[in-house]
Amino acid sequence: MKTELDEINRNIYDIKNKDDYDFKIKKGLTREIIEEISRQKNDPEWMRDFRLKALETYNKLEMPTWGPDLSELNMDDIATYVRPKTKMTGNWEDVPEDIKNTFDKLGIPEAEKKSLAGVGAQYDSEVVYHSMKNELLAQGVIYTDMETAVREYPDIVQQHFMKCVPVTDHKFVALHGAVWSGGSFVYVPKNVKVEIPLQSYFRLNSPESGQFEHTLIIVDEGASLHFIEGCSAPKYNKVNLHAGCVELYVKDGAYLRYSTIENWSKNMLNLNTKKAIIGKNAQVDWVSGSFGSKISMLYPMSILNGEGARTEYTGISFAGKGQNLDTGFKVVHNSRNTSSLVNSKSISKNGGTATYRALVRINENAKGSKCNVSCESLMLDDISRSDTIPVNDVRTDEVEFSHEAKIGKISDKSIFYLMSRGLSEEDAKAMIVRGFADPISKELPVEYAAEMNNLINLELEGSIG
Amino acid sequence: MPKKLLEIKDLYVNAGDKEILKGVDLTINKGEIHVIMGPNGSGKSTTANAILNNPAYTKMGGKIILEDTDITNLKTDEIARKGVFMSFQLPEEIPGITVSNFLRYSKNKVTGKPIKVFEFKNELKKHMEELQMKPEYSERYLNVGFSGGEKKKNEILQMLVLNPKLAILDETDSGLDVDSINIVSKGIEMYKNKNNAVLIITHNTKILHSLKVDYVHVLINGKIVKTGTGELASEIEEKGYKMFK
Repeated sequence: MKTELDEINRNIYDIKNKDDYDFKIKKGLTREIIEEISRQKNDPEWMRDFRLKALETYNKLEMPTWGPDLSELNMDDIATYVRPKTKMTGNWEDVPEDIKNTFDKLGIPEAEKKSLAGVGAQYDSEVVYHSMKNELLAQGVIYTDMETAVREYPDIVQQHFMKCVPVTDHKFVALHGAVWSGGSFVYVPKNVKVEIPLQSYFRLNSPESGQFEHTLIIVDEGASLHFIEGCSAPKYNKVNLHAGCVELYVKDGAYLRYSTIENWSKNMLNLNTKKAIIGKNAQVDWVSGSFGSKISMLYPMSILNGEGARTEYTGISFAGKGQNLDTGFKVVHNSRNTSSLVNSKSISKNGGTATYRALVRINENAKGSKCNVSCESLMLDDISRSDTIPVNDVRTDEVEFSHEAKIGKISDKSIFYLMSRGLSEEDAKAMIVRGFADPISKELPVEYAAEMNNLINLELEGSIG
Repeated sequence: MPKKLLEIKDLYVNAGDKEILKGVDLTINKGEIHVIMGPNGSGKSTTANAILNNPAYTKMGGKIILEDTDITNLKTDEIARKGVFMSFQLPEEIPGITVSNFLRYSKNKVTGKPIKVFEFKNELKKHMEELQMKPEYSERYLNVGFSGGEKKKNEILQMLVLNPKLAILDETDSGLDVDSINIVSKGIEMYKNKNNAVLIITHNTKILHSLKVDYVHVLINGKIVKTGTGELASEIEEKGYKMFK
């Protein structure tokens, strides 16, 4: 009863395949290595130049001076490009057996059949499978891997690629610009409503390597889309790195819902960057679940550029033993009558640290705007930590702004109450935690909500001591 | 020959360093309604909490026997599964779980066997009607945003659904208006039969007017100083507790 498990069996997530690749770049980060990646990927010239410039920027920028300690990250130990032994295919049967098994176990093809309009699956550095329903193709929707987009839609990619998130933003975005590989490209034409979601799944199998996928989504005027990304990796003893980049362009009157479930293994440094530029009367809703990784620094950002633009952020993070999850949301109100709504929850236990770090900036030109922030933390024991670090920069009076933060523990009274109704201590705690997470899990895609509940159960088993 | 349901023998209980119960003896037989009365701070709620072994209290001596089982040191959930229920003075709010889902889960745990959803919903609906609770309350989060009276009714609802052997009602009547007290009394009458028992903890007597009480115990300063029939309650109502000092 009182056994303390250091490592929860994450079963399916931890199934490792042999590190069997077609090509793995040598470890480290030099001009030669970047040139080799570019050659391996058959980049057009502009992209090769782009990578080399990004590397220069990377070398000039300092490591962040705030947030979790990243000193264990040594780029000399990381292989930034690993090409799996397969070509991208639109036919599931053509995916090699071991890779297919992995995605089968993660439920990707099943989800595609049941509830998705399109699926992308990336294994290490390259997308191995991409497909979309024909109806969407007929409506002019583009959903493909980033490499194909660079090749087939050079103008649109060049116009948008790392314009929303410039490589100068921070060191890991510069790194991303230099070594990016894989990811998804989506274009939804004007007034096309994509009713069922598209989903990309990212799996990093190779040890001592990194994943640097680039997701570029353009939702044109009056169009709408729900995009889901999932990610996971098996656990290794040495550090793996994820530094993806997501750029979302949501034009006037358009709608995008961007859902993420991140369940990286606990040797992963997850330094991901996501940003949306939102037009007049357009809306972006972020739904974000962070469960895995050793360290996460993840702060999706909405820039409300058009009058009446709106954004919502709904996020939950669960930090267990040895995890430092530093997550939050950034929003810039940059036009009149814009609005943002933030609902963040975090759970920490067994010595884990969960921090909500956020920025709200309301510019002078954003009169009549509204921003409501609510963040709640639940600590399951005395050795876990929870912090809230909001930065609010409000430059006009004519706004409605509220910020509410609550940090709490599971109360012994609540546990006693539930135990008096026949629930064991473990059941009682799980019920309270699930209840705490419920408003967020309702926002997740159904299969992920179930997964989240399983994770909460998994994570709580053995935590009662 | 009455059948013994609960027996408390020479119970000593501390809250922190403070001695609260100083040798309580109490026997409850099946089919009986008992009342513990006493001024504030006399140890009434401590008695209730001690029966369910609330870890916030420490037992310093004595025994609690339920039927043939020594439950003195069992965990709260084990005691609940053996058929003891407590209606809380201040029921906890648990966000994110609905009354209906909670009660079904709890019923499964207490009985140890799964109950069919349809059967459960019907039972819940019936009891809610009896307690004049609005049906939408079953889909609301457990006690969240409930008024004081609604919380107490919800406790009685749980008692009816879980159908324990012993129901302890800790100040269930406090803060209720006359109508609500009548509904709670009605709930107790519906629950009560010859195989179970009720232990009511209260410091006023309103709720006792409409119930047929078998025994009244007066608890003062951690000891039962007098036990009598229902009439004792009326006497206390008239004269107050000073007659025991």
